[in-house]
Amino acid sequence: MNYFGPGHGACPGCGFPIAIRGAIEALDGKVIAVNSTGCLEIVSSMYGRNTWGVPYIHSLFENAGAVAAGIETALKALKRDKEAHVVVFAGDGATFDIGIGTLSGMMDRDHNVIYICYDNEAYQNTGNQQSMATPPGARTTTTPVGKLQPGKIGKKKDMVEIAVAHNIPYAASASIAYPKDFQRKVKRASEFEGSKYIQVHAPCVTGWGIDGKLTVEVARLAVETGLYPLVEYEHGKLVKVRKLKQRKPVEEYLKIQRRFRHLFKHEMGKDILDQLQRIADENAEKYGLDA
Amino acid sequence: MRKVVRGFYAIAEAVRLSRPNVIAAYPITPQTEIVENLAEMYANGELGDAEYVTAESEFGAASMVLGASAAGARAFTATSSQGLLLMTEVLYNAAGMRLPIVLVVANRSVSAPLSIWNDIQDSISVRDAGIIQLYVESNQEAHDMLPLAFKVAENRDVLLPFMICVDGFKLTHAYEPVDLLDQETVDKFLPPYEPAVKLDVNSPVAMGCYAPPPYYMEFRVAMECAMERASRVMLEEFERWYELTGRNWGGHVVAENCEDAEVVVVAMGSVVALVREVVNRMREGGKKVGLLKIRTYRPFPSEDVRKALENAGKVIVIERALSIGAEPPVTADVKSAIFGLDAEVYPVVMGLGGRDIPRELVEKVIDDVMEGKVKPEKRFEGLNEFEEVIP
Amino acid sequence: MAKMKLYIGASNPPMSSEMKTGDWGTELAYIDKEKCIACGQCITFCPEPATSMVEEDDKKYAVVNHDYCKGCWICFTVCPVDAIEMRTKDIYKVEVC
Repeated sequence: MNYFGPGHGACPGCGFPIAIRGAIEALDGKVIAVNSTGCLEIVSSMYGRNTWGVPYIHSLFENAGAVAAGIETALKALKRDKEAHVVVFAGDGATFDIGIGTLSGMMDRDHNVIYICYDNEAYQNTGNQQSMATPPGARTTTTPVGKLQPGKIGKKKDMVEIAVAHNIPYAASASIAYPKDFQRKVKRASEFEGSKYIQVHAPCVTGWGIDGKLTVEVARLAVETGLYPLVEYEHGKLVKVRKLKQRKPVEEYLKIQRRFRHLFKHEMGKDILDQLQRIADENAEKYGLDA
Repeated sequence: MRKVVRGFYAIAEAVRLSRPNVIAAYPITPQTEIVENLAEMYANGELGDAEYVTAESEFGAASMVLGASAAGARAFTATSSQGLLLMTEVLYNAAGMRLPIVLVVANRSVSAPLSIWNDIQDSISVRDAGIIQLYVESNQEAHDMLPLAFKVAENRDVLLPFMICVDGFKLTHAYEPVDLLDQETVDKFLPPYEPAVKLDVNSPVAMGCYAPPPYYMEFRVAMECAMERASRVMLEEFERWYELTGRNWGGHVVAENCEDAEVVVVAMGSVVALVREVVNRMREGGKKVGLLKIRTYRPFPSEDVRKALENAGKVIVIERALSIGAEPPVTADVKSAIFGLDAEVYPVVMGLGGRDIPRELVEKVIDDVMEGKVKPEKRFEGLNEFEEVIP
Repeated sequence: MAKMKLYIGASNPPMSSEMKTGDWGTELAYIDKEKCIACGQCITFCPEPATSMVEEDDKKYAVVNHDYCKGCWICFTVCPVDAIEMRTKDIYKVEVC
């Protein structure tokens, strides 16, 4: 039996199923999956048509961290904790925004859970509303582009750093463009006792305005431009970074997505483009991305 | 063993004896001492293999017991007031997922204005969640109902959360003599938890699936059916409890002096004890007064209420919560239960936010109704006259 | 009419494979058995999954299950040897006049 799919309802070209399946396979199916409300939940958990070959629970939008903590606590109390890894799959809205409280509680108490955030940079299930993971300049339905506004004003929250600040044993960022690297990170995470946080960049074809032909390429460009650095922390120490031989200008990543296209025409677009390049440069500096 | 103990201890001790696997909670006045006692038992190794966790919020605590229950654990939490409101989304969810968690609510008013004192607005506000609600009159009743709550909730004909409502401060902090249960008695009554379904890698299931329109309504109606079955299961367990301990708490309601009463006072929670005293004294004075104690509020025991009020010409409902803009909550349920009977219903709202309910006031309320001094409509007693001023 | 079976507490076993999502797209992926080097990239990246590896006469190669292929092109873009072809389904081959 498959661990995840086929027959789920994700859009053609959707990025996150690659990560979900990859994670469960990396753990040999020894997984209890906890899922927050969102795209993944909607495409995979219709009553009578669920797509999960591992035990699965969905409760609410904002409580996956606490539900996972409760499951882990129960397994410990019942002496079943060697049975499976408790793994959360939550979107960026559930992780960065509405569910950060329960995630913080989970990490603070250091529950033995692998929390995987599939980051598609907006509330994509409900049609592309901004989250705190939405990058500057992105067009969403709640940060529309108009005369006075060039898409989202503000920054993308650095959740990996927030996770690290909880003194958890393992935190990493990953991308669906590098599935082997992601799977290695999931496996590595499973070797630690305590809370683990992995954030995996997963393009959304509809929200980002791309088609499946670009799913992998756009995810790769996010890494290659320095906008989505792939980093790995163990016990708060940066242990590994994906180096870039020839870091590409952010325009290469931005221009192929409809959500950023206005930046090249809008009066205020230049400032945002500069800001995005600055973010990439700062990432390069901070993590030593340039080989 | 009979001991003079405080309410929170009686509750915590009964939780311990029920052998929960997971306790997750968050402190809030006046519930805090319940979980403090449990935390201490945990620290002293008195909770067996159970895990005790202080969550980051009541929302987190409720979510943790939800997850624990889904994983196959017997799970407990306790809260009050704002904490219960913060849990509300999770509690609706747990009920819909048919998870038999048990919680104690130390009843407290809700903000604003902020008040830590007692009324039952908090638990009344979640009456529609699909959670069994039982209001207790004493700490002995609270102590006894805990093992029973687990047993009823976990019954496969039920599978719904169970909430025991205990008046904050008035009971939780009161010293009362309580016959404390022993482990042997509780074990005889409450078997180890065998979950109907659980998260298990050896037989994967999906919990919390979403239901499209062809299914949703059936799931919600199935909860209604379970609640109806809970009514029967509870009566059976009340009976078993009586046989085992010799303490008879009655059924969903307890009717006292109702057969020939001209006026029956309906009450829930700790105020029942006061009303009983007043009623008994008035009886001695020759007044035909009765008392109807409602224990089970959800499922609402409509038939029992109707039967008890069959001969009552006048019914006073003591309300300690509001449904602002409509009839007070218990009155609405009582009226619908006795619809068609020839009885006048007098809703009397009192004791909100810890406002004292003196004995004389209860007497006056009954006398006023007996003597025809008031109309059968919503009234507020123990209220100061006031005028609203916009600053 | 037969009564609806309602699973309380958890859903019945996974049934999503009954959802033949292969009819969603306008195109389907085809893998050229001769060109395929069995590297597994298309399997790693397929979101459905609709691709799998088969072995026949000592030759290992990937195949696409068209019951589930949504025609998303991801396998096409990650194949290192251009062994995958995207073909428009017959019903979408319409002449626009």
